[in-house]
Amino acid sequence: MAERLLEVNDLATYFFTADGVVKAVDGVTYHIDEGESVAIVGESGCGKSVSALSIMRLIASPPGRIVHGEVIFEGTDILKLSEAEMRDVRGNDISMVFQEPMTSLNPVLTIGYQLTEALKLHMDLNHKQALERAGNLLEQVGIPDAHRRLKDYPHQFSGGMRQRVMIALAVSCNPRMIIADEPTTALDVTIQAQVLEVMRNMAKEYGTALVMITHNLGVVARYAERVIVMYAGKIIESGSSEDVYNDPRHPYTLGLLRSVPRLDEAIPEKLEAIEGLPPLVIDLPDACAFAPRCKFAIDKCNEKMPELEEISPGHMARCYVASELHELAKK
Amino acid sequence: MVQETKTTEETKESKSSDGYDNILEVNNLKQYFPITSGILLQRHVADVKAVDDISFTIRRGETLGLVGESGCGKSTTGRSILQLNNPTAGEVIFNGENIANWNVNQMRPLRRQMQLIFQDPYSSLNPRMSAGSIIGEPLIVHGLTDSKNEYRERIAHLLENVGLNPFMADRYPHEFSGGQRQRIGIARAIAVNPSFIVCDEPVSALDVSIQAQVINLMEDLQEQYDLTYLFIAHDLSVVRHISDRIAVMYLGHIVEIADRVELYENPQHPYTKALLSAIPIPDPVLEATRDRIVLEGDVPSPSNPPVGCVFKTRCPEPSNQCTEGEDQMHLVEVKADHWVDACCVNCG
Repeated sequence: MAERLLEVNDLATYFFTADGVVKAVDGVTYHIDEGESVAIVGESGCGKSVSALSIMRLIASPPGRIVHGEVIFEGTDILKLSEAEMRDVRGNDISMVFQEPMTSLNPVLTIGYQLTEALKLHMDLNHKQALERAGNLLEQVGIPDAHRRLKDYPHQFSGGMRQRVMIALAVSCNPRMIIADEPTTALDVTIQAQVLEVMRNMAKEYGTALVMITHNLGVVARYAERVIVMYAGKIIESGSSEDVYNDPRHPYTLGLLRSVPRLDEAIPEKLEAIEGLPPLVIDLPDACAFAPRCKFAIDKCNEKMPELEEISPGHMARCYVASELHELAKK
Repeated sequence: MVQETKTTEETKESKSSDGYDNILEVNNLKQYFPITSGILLQRHVADVKAVDDISFTIRRGETLGLVGESGCGKSTTGRSILQLNNPTAGEVIFNGENIANWNVNQMRPLRRQMQLIFQDPYSSLNPRMSAGSIIGEPLIVHGLTDSKNEYRERIAHLLENVGLNPFMADRYPHEFSGGQRQRIGIARAIAVNPSFIVCDEPVSALDVSIQAQVINLMEDLQEQYDLTYLFIAHDLSVVRHISDRIAVMYLGHIVEIADRVELYENPQHPYTKALLSAIPIPDPVLEATRDRIVLEGDVPSPSNPPVGCVFKTRCPEPSNQCTEGEDQMHLVEVKADHWVDACCVNCG
């Protein structure tokens, strides 16, 4: 059994805005084991990015604040660290790959400068060693003529190449965990496959845990060992990817899986869309947030938020009808 | 396209050379954008060959999917058909008339028949106009309403048709979610009762659960208004769902066109095969055993494309004939209604 690397306990991040309190992340508990790859899936606004940014303590404050909870990384609660100690964690222990490869690199600095900056700071390398390592890293993520391209600026790289640079940057200091926030959303389909492949290979090679945040269940099917599904600031289902994909126990997960057209199936007359819109996470009542869009909602759903319950070992769902969902869905 | 049909006077504008009722025929369309150098004397030094000699037809009432990576020229194709760019060469025959390089005044009456739905529902709606006036503007421009009451009624009707509430007409774009904004964009496009709509990546900016809603809406509207779509997208699984036929584009060229079922069951071009294998299937067990064709390298620059077959720099199995050949790319019919680039047919 692999060791616990990260434990998030009852984490809540709220944004205090003029319109009210936005409970972007509201009591989220999960864990990441060493060397594991986990996907956090959900629609925009469900709190998946905020939960990741909370782990890195990158929430803009004000208006945002981590209201309660613990983030235990290798035995220490990193929410209690000072800002200076936190700086050591970022990049060194946990690093991040952002969605926008266009905006997350500094346009006026060379790729080489940006890569060596972190290496010199965190790994105590001199300039020559840092450059050597930076070049090797670029080679590993599949950039041709890597050592020469260190002198190039971000605009001289294509989107896929820039995302590879971001991955090189993320693994550069041998972190224990990489959080990738929608790493392939801005990329083309053919490039998406390449980038994810590179990311997984790098993580495997360095024994790094990988947390992939995405809205597309399809993209991560090949790479994730476990899947966590979020909706309106809460985890609504989690489990091994076989369980979640083949035996979904929350109507939202089922809806997500059914609403995308699949290449391996016959073309249906109509797609099974999830009707309605995701709720605004301002002043939500104590009820299942998905109930208004749910085909299987019962009276109880509108009265009290169901708890996250274990359905089979390691497979959790937050739904009153979780155990009967299969029979209901057939109708 | 050998099959000649006798055209009678009545069907002259709709029946064309291949025997189908074509709403649109694109012949040898080229769209180059000049690269200039110098500040005062803008010397023309090269061209970005965004679209380079493509031909295809769209039949009345069908949806033609146009897929390819970003930068392959698929959006440019859509814009050139609508004469939002002035095509460098070639013909765009809409309802029997060649409209290539028509000027603004000539195009205006035609704009009622051809509309465009944009990708980004955030930047394609004027933030200072209410939803009602966004949808109503084309009605006024084309003089389609006589009275204020009729104008309001039509807006209410359009909003209802795209699944929005008529009282939302007074709201501004920022009050809507992405999916709702895309519905407003669709309502604006169908307001003038067009027969042909270019849909430029209409769902790729939307959340997964909303995508299905918008796709279903577009299919319903197609039936209701007898629309013909050119559906531009990079997601092959969505395109397969909505299209009747699919054209695959690479670096300004169409490399394969076929019926959707044929294209997915019997892809011929290595690029089509690679695109298909890159589409993820949400099933971890299946994914683990699936072979993926990963194309090496990046798309070459359209300002300096390879001579001859443009795909040869990334082709997994290029033949000698292909790497050294300098033949112009053109499509050949390998099976009824299934056209593939000649180079790949020869490579076998």
